[in-house]
Formats: sequence, C-alpha cells, structure tokens
Amino acid sequence: MSKAIKKSPWVVHFNCNSCNGCDIEFLACLTPTYDVERFGVLHVGNPKHADVLVVTGSVNNRNKHVLKNVYDQMPEPKVVVAMGACPATGGIFADCYNVIGGVNKVIPVDVHVPGCPPKPEAMMDGIIEAVGILEKKRKGETVDAPVLPVKVVKGPEAPPMTPEMQAKIAAAKAAAAAKAAAAKAAAENQPEAKAE
Amino acid sequence: MESLQKIISNPWVYAALVVVLTPFAGALLTSIDRKLTARMQGRIGPSWFQPLYDVAKLFSKNPMALHRPQLIYATLHLVFMVVAVVLLALGCDLLMVLFVQAFSMICLVLGGMSVRSPYSWIGSQRKIMQMLGVEPVFLVMILALYLRNGSFLGSGLFSKAEPLLLSMPLMFLAFLCAIAIEMEKSPFDLSSSHHAHQEIVKGVTLEYSGPFLGLIEIAHFYEFAFFFGLMMAFWHTNIIIGLIVAFAGLVFMTVLDNSFARLTPNWMLRFMWTVPLSMALANLIWLWVK
Ligand code: SF4
Repeated sequence: MSKAIKKSPWVVHFNCNSCNGCDIEFLACLTPTYDVERFGVLHVGNPKHADVLVVTGSVNNRNKHVLKNVYDQMPEPKVVVAMGACPATGGIFADCYNVIGGVNKVIPVDVHVPGCPPKPEAMMDGIIEAVGILEKKRKGETVDAPVLPVKVVKGPEAPPMTPEMQAKIAAAKAAAAAKAAAAKAAAENQPEAKAE
Repeated sequence: MESLQKIISNPWVYAALVVVLTPFAGALLTSIDRKLTARMQGRIGPSWFQPLYDVAKLFSKNPMALHRPQLIYATLHLVFMVVAVVLLALGCDLLMVLFVQAFSMICLVLGGMSVRSPYSWIGSQRKIMQMLGVEPVFLVMILALYLRNGSFLGSGLFSKAEPLLLSMPLMFLAFLCAIAIEMEKSPFDLSSSHHAHQEIVKGVTLEYSGPFLGLIEIAHFYEFAFFFGLMMAFWHTNIIIGLIVAFAGLVFMTVLDNSFARLTPNWMLRFMWTVPLSMALANLIWLWVK
C-alpha cells in the first residue's frame, strides 16, 4: 500500500496570482522531454482525486479562501508543494498591497521549490520529495513542515554620502520646492486672470 | 490435468475465476492503452503496473463521501458490471448481459445525479446521451447474432465454424465506435475525460474520492476486459487471430483518442444514429436476406 502511494501521486495544480512563468514550467514537466508520467504522476483537475497540491504564485486576500477550499477538499493523506519564489515569500509581488505573502500563511506547506521560475527538473525533484513525505504521512509518522530556508536579503551597504552629494541633493530639493511654489502661484493666479 | 479441467468446468469455480482474473486482465489492457498513448506522444509512459498502483493508492486514502447513496451507487456500478461479465462468461442470454451492463451505467448516472455539483450533473446527462447513442447499436448487434446463430445465448456465439467477423464486418466497425464511447475515448469522451483540463473537470466521477473512486476504477477494468473479450469473440475459431483482431480494435481506439478533439453531445448522437447505426442495420439486413 505505501509502495502504491509512492508510485501514483496525482497532482492538482492551483495558480494563485502567479505570473504564469511557474505554470508554464510546470506544464513543461508533462512534455516528452521530461515526461513526469513515468513516475506515475497524473495531472488531475479535481482536488478530490489528488494527493499532491502544487501551488504557484503569491497568495492574496481574494484567493486565499479558494486555496483553503481546494486544500480542504483533498482527502488525507495529502501534501502541498509550493513552486517558486512567489508561494514561498510572495516573491517579486511581496510588496503589493493585496499580497499576503507565502502560501504557508494559509495552508501548511511540505516542500518549497526555489526559483523564479524553478526548472522543470527542480519541480520534478520537489514532487518526488513530496511523495516521500506523503508515504510517511500515510504510515502515521508525523512529519514536521520544514522550516523555510529563506532569510531577508538586503543589498550591499550603500556608501556614505559625501558633502558634495548632500549639497547636490539639497539644491535639487530646493529647486523642486521652488518649482512647485511657482506652479501653485500660477494655478492661483489663473482663476483671477479669468475673472478679469 | 483431467481433474483440473473438471474443477474449472464447474460453473461456480469458473465464475469465481472469472471474477478474480478479469480485473487483472483489464488492468493490463489499461496499462497497454496508456503505454501506447505515451509512445504515440514520444514519451516513455508509466510503468506496466500503473493501473494496479493507482487502485491500491486509492484504497489507501481516507474515505471521504458526501452522503451514503453515493457509496451505494458506486458499489452497485461495480456489482452490476461484475454480474454482466460473469453472465457473458457463462454464455447466458446476451440481451440479459446488455441490460445488466446498461444498468451498471445507470447506477453511475444516478450516483452523479445524487450530488449537487453542476459538473457532475452535466456529466451524468451526457452519460445518458452516450447510452442513447450506444444501446441501439448493441441491440442491433444482438439481433444480428440471433439471425446468424438462431439463439440469443452467449454460448451460441461458438456454434458456427465460420468466424463472426466474416459475416459481420460492418457490425464490427459500428461496435468499435460504440466501445470508443463506452471507454470514454476522444472524440466521444463527453461525460468524464481522462485528461485533466476540460470544461466539466471529471464529469460523473467528480464527487467520488479515495476508495469509492477505486471501486469505479475496478468497474472500469471489468468493462475494458468485457469489451475486449467481445472484440475477441469476432474471431472465435482461433484465439491468436482473435487477440490480433481485438488488439487492432484497441490500437484503433488509441489512435482515435490521440488524433481527435472532443465534440459536442449532439454531434455524437447525430453521428451514432446515422453512420454506425446504419452500418449495423445494413449488416442486419444482409444477414436477413442471406
Ligand atoms: S516565482 Fe517567478 S516565475 Fe514563478 S510565478 Fe512568481 S514571479 Fe512568476
């Protein structure tokens, strides 16, 4: 039985707000070059038939309910694979006003596949990894969701500002303020001109 | 050896053997089908035991059902399919076999209708359309068999020395179309396709999951073996040629599946009631006149 569950993971793919890069790469796994069906992976459109939930894209306030719903409809045991940077942290959309962040804010994630988008090889690797977790879950060995190996990455420290640069910035600011004041004055003068 | 033959010829033992072995034959046929499809698309394809893994996996999932009638319908679907296979194997009345097989399909339709999912409903309605397209062909085929053998019994199939295919070539073609519908092959895969992304997702089997989907899969194995056996019966005098005929039918269906997009239910009904049905009727008239 546990051999069978390793040999036939059926995958349902949910796209929350991705740029479609990951989706195209994921569908590339089904093509003759990669042929993920040789591992028994079947791409099903129905969460009730699926064992693995593949999520691409960053979660936002609109689709988090749908994502939760899809997850809840899958029968146990089940695993979630987050494909790409978006479902891990929000990726390049992380700062958008509507984006919540990673998928693990809504549902527990078992495998994160890094990349933007990840290569199809990495995606297949992620699914095979998830299948191992699926088997452990079926046997009842509790598996902790992995700690996300993502840290906040900052750019290199900016060099300290020289006095000339500071003076330049101050001059630019003053010029912009003067321009704005002139524009305001012009806008105030105009209605008067019309009235005359 | 003789005692073994005696044991097997006991109808109870024979029926039990049929019940146990048929799903494995069906699973093998399903994996041949999937392998062929993969090779046609230039892929390696799944392993030979994939259908068995799939069913074993489905039975290892936690049961999850919407309500009890759904489970009853799934079980009845399987049970009636097994009964149809056993009746055919024991050489019983072919009309009876046809009706039991149709009832198994009706259970699937009822199961699809018993839930409130619109996709499942549309799938069930299309399944009814498919049955409307298929049953007249089956009926005409059984009438033709009666004309030829002088009996409605399945055992009457083997009464003549001449192979069936020679006197019923058009009937065989019509029968192939009917099987393509029953096996959900494109362009006829209206009610529940094998492919992931389509407009009604998974049609009739949408709301089944885990072990209950497994029951339907097993019924599918029985059904596959049932139709494969019927195709073999078109050349009953030599088992090798019979296998070749049936494999030719299987390859034809796989090519059909891979080269066509699915079409609308109305088109299917119009097609079934014109081309295959008139082929079957022409064959019937020819047998009548002969
Ligand atoms: S991870 Fe990159 S490729 Fe994938 S959906 Fe996000 S932005 Fe697109």
